[in-house]
Amino acid sequence: MTAPSSLPRQVLIWAAIFVIACVLPSLFRSGFLVSVLSQIAIMAVFALSYNMLLGQTGLLSFGHAVYYGLGAFATIHLLNGLGKSATPLLVALLPLGGGAAGLVAGLILGRMTTKKAGTTFAMISLGIAELMFATTPIFPSVFGGDGGFAGNRMAGKGSFLGLTWGPQIEIYWLVLFWAFVSAGLMFALTQTPLGRVANAVRDNPERAEFIGYDTRQVRYRMLVLSGLFAGIAGGLSALNYEIVTVDMLNAHTSGSVLLMTYTGGIGHFFGPVLGAAMITLMQTLVGGLTHAWLLYFGLFFLFMVAFAPGGMASVLSRQSALVKAGLWRCLLPHYALAAAPAALACLGAVGLIEMAYALLAGHDAASFMGTSIRLHTLLPWLGAASVLIGGIAGLKWVIGGMSDAWHQALSQLQGGKP
Amino acid sequence: MTASVPALCISGLRKSFGASEIIRGIDLDIAKGERHAIIGPNGAGKSTLFHLISARLAATSGTIALKGEPVTGLKPFEINRKGLSRSFQITNIFHSLSVFENLRSAVLWSLGYKYSFWHRLSVLRDAKERAEHVMCDIGLQNRRDTAAGILSYAEQRALEIGITIAGGADVILLDEPTAGMSHSETDEAVALIRRVTENKTLVMVEHDMGVVFGLADRISVLVYGQVIATDTPQAIRANPLVQEAYLGTTPVSGNAS
Ligand SMILES: Nc1ncnc2c1ncn2[C@@H]1O[C@H](COP(=O)(O)OP(=O)(O)OP(=O)(O)O)[C@@H](O)[C@H]1O
Ligand SMILES: [Mg+2]
Repeated sequence: MTAPSSLPRQVLIWAAIFVIACVLPSLFRSGFLVSVLSQIAIMAVFALSYNMLLGQTGLLSFGHAVYYGLGAFATIHLLNGLGKSATPLLVALLPLGGGAAGLVAGLILGRMTTKKAGTTFAMISLGIAELMFATTPIFPSVFGGDGGFAGNRMAGKGSFLGLTWGPQIEIYWLVLFWAFVSAGLMFALTQTPLGRVANAVRDNPERAEFIGYDTRQVRYRMLVLSGLFAGIAGGLSALNYEIVTVDMLNAHTSGSVLLMTYTGGIGHFFGPVLGAAMITLMQTLVGGLTHAWLLYFGLFFLFMVAFAPGGMASVLSRQSALVKAGLWRCLLPHYALAAAPAALACLGAVGLIEMAYALLAGHDAASFMGTSIRLHTLLPWLGAASVLIGGIAGLKWVIGGMSDAWHQALSQLQGGKP
Repeated sequence: MTASVPALCISGLRKSFGASEIIRGIDLDIAKGERHAIIGPNGAGKSTLFHLISARLAATSGTIALKGEPVTGLKPFEINRKGLSRSFQITNIFHSLSVFENLRSAVLWSLGYKYSFWHRLSVLRDAKERAEHVMCDIGLQNRRDTAAGILSYAEQRALEIGITIAGGADVILLDEPTAGMSHSETDEAVALIRRVTENKTLVMVEHDMGVVFGLADRISVLVYGQVIATDTPQAIRANPLVQEAYLGTTPVSGNAS
């Protein structure tokens, strides 16, 4: 966030995302892919709204799902309220209702949460979210109990520009439209006085008070606007799935958006988009392959926190800076050298985890590349463990040279432009 | 000095931290347009006095009036909006923002942009020009896009002053602006302070006697939470009480005429 990226580069990223988002569905023509892409776009809006707090204002929230969930409930109620009179155009506008709900929730709850920053904010946001979640059973007419509320986005008649929102691909275009509108507005916000002063408050709240700003008001406004966009994301989710349950506003949802935003990178505008894409893909793809996906997910998160605290966006921007400076060539051999032991280590770890999961699930044997592995013998365990240890040892072997080269490249990069 | 209301009027000011009283009854008037230095030994309470004036800390008792208006009990940002701005002894800047963004943030409120999220920063010519003007004043135009956190110490001190003056306040409080600077850096800082506080009221805590006697119209000597003398530099030099309490430990070259 130090030097603002030059405008052409920003334009390039926006254009690239737009092209990818438009081309992918027609390239693969798979319903599953389209629904994964819709989910990514929704989560991207949610994570971007979260980063308005975490990355831009320095507020760590453990309860952001409240705004997302309320936006979703508002939208599904509006949809059901419209019933047969819901024209496709009205349905397309419903996410704005979700946004309004998020905004109003922000206006009310923000009064309590934004008094203080830091730990106080984190704890109060958590407390309020838990309170909200705990009170949902008391209002079954609003939150629909365990089953939540279902809706039908095609209840009305007619079409809008030939769209009825029936096929998944049509709802994808709708989600994409709102995602780009929201992301565009959130980006624009970073270029306004409020957006910049939020950065100042994040960096040094004390000093911000001595340049005329009431830090509480800055936090409050950022939270309200963030609630608006989280509400839109919730509304999109309601239209996409046509079902809304209280799970959407629980701590797990708040946790996932934090993880997406953090692993994507809070210091770059597009970091949360990257994180949303990455983690949604992991959930849907890896989640389909193995029961242990949550464990992999946790390991991935730990890895990111330990080795790439700036998130994937900062890793990418570092590498692209190195490529641009022509320094990547010195690093490439080191990367290549490290790739093999890293792959080995992963393979060994995955083997151990999968066997352990299979054993815990009560299986006697697991299949690996067509052959059956007997889990009650020592050999496969020893084999996987030695692959893991071998991989780690190999990594240790090459890591010294790599880190030397890396530091050298970095210092050249910094020295190169005084 | 002038018949108009003083820029700052402090009376009966006291501050205790727990049982220990650090500011023990200060009365001080500072006229509009005056350059006033506050000197005193380490731990005398100079920074604490600044914290009280700028509302970083609340006074235990006593009142402060800014340009005739009582400001006791206001928040720091409210006092800032009334035209008082201060710097910090320990550099207090926005470390991940660039030099330019530090200064532009510091001018936004005073230009009336407040919490706006409907203006685009890049088209706000007045904010840009004022920030760039201050940036040239403090000599950091070559560091425009450098993150404040990686500036050199002297550059950070200059930025600290820049943020303080950028909002156009007419009462400026500087807490040891030249502390830790080399001779040449100090000379530059003094010239800078002289330039940017033209036609403004300046209150400055300073240990460097060269700076103090070169810049100040009047000097207050703060010892153990009390002002033991307030007078012109010449009179302060000649004051036996001051020599005994303070200057005796720091010999001053040159003689009072
Ligand atoms: N928050 C606080 N709690 C308790 N004691 C404090 C606090 N702040 C300052 N003090 C004490 O008040 C006294 C005056 O501190 P202050 O920082 O105002 O001194 P100073 O005159 O600015 O000194 P220096 O020249 O070293 O900057 C010191 O003895 C300090 O320990
Ligand atoms: Mg001090």
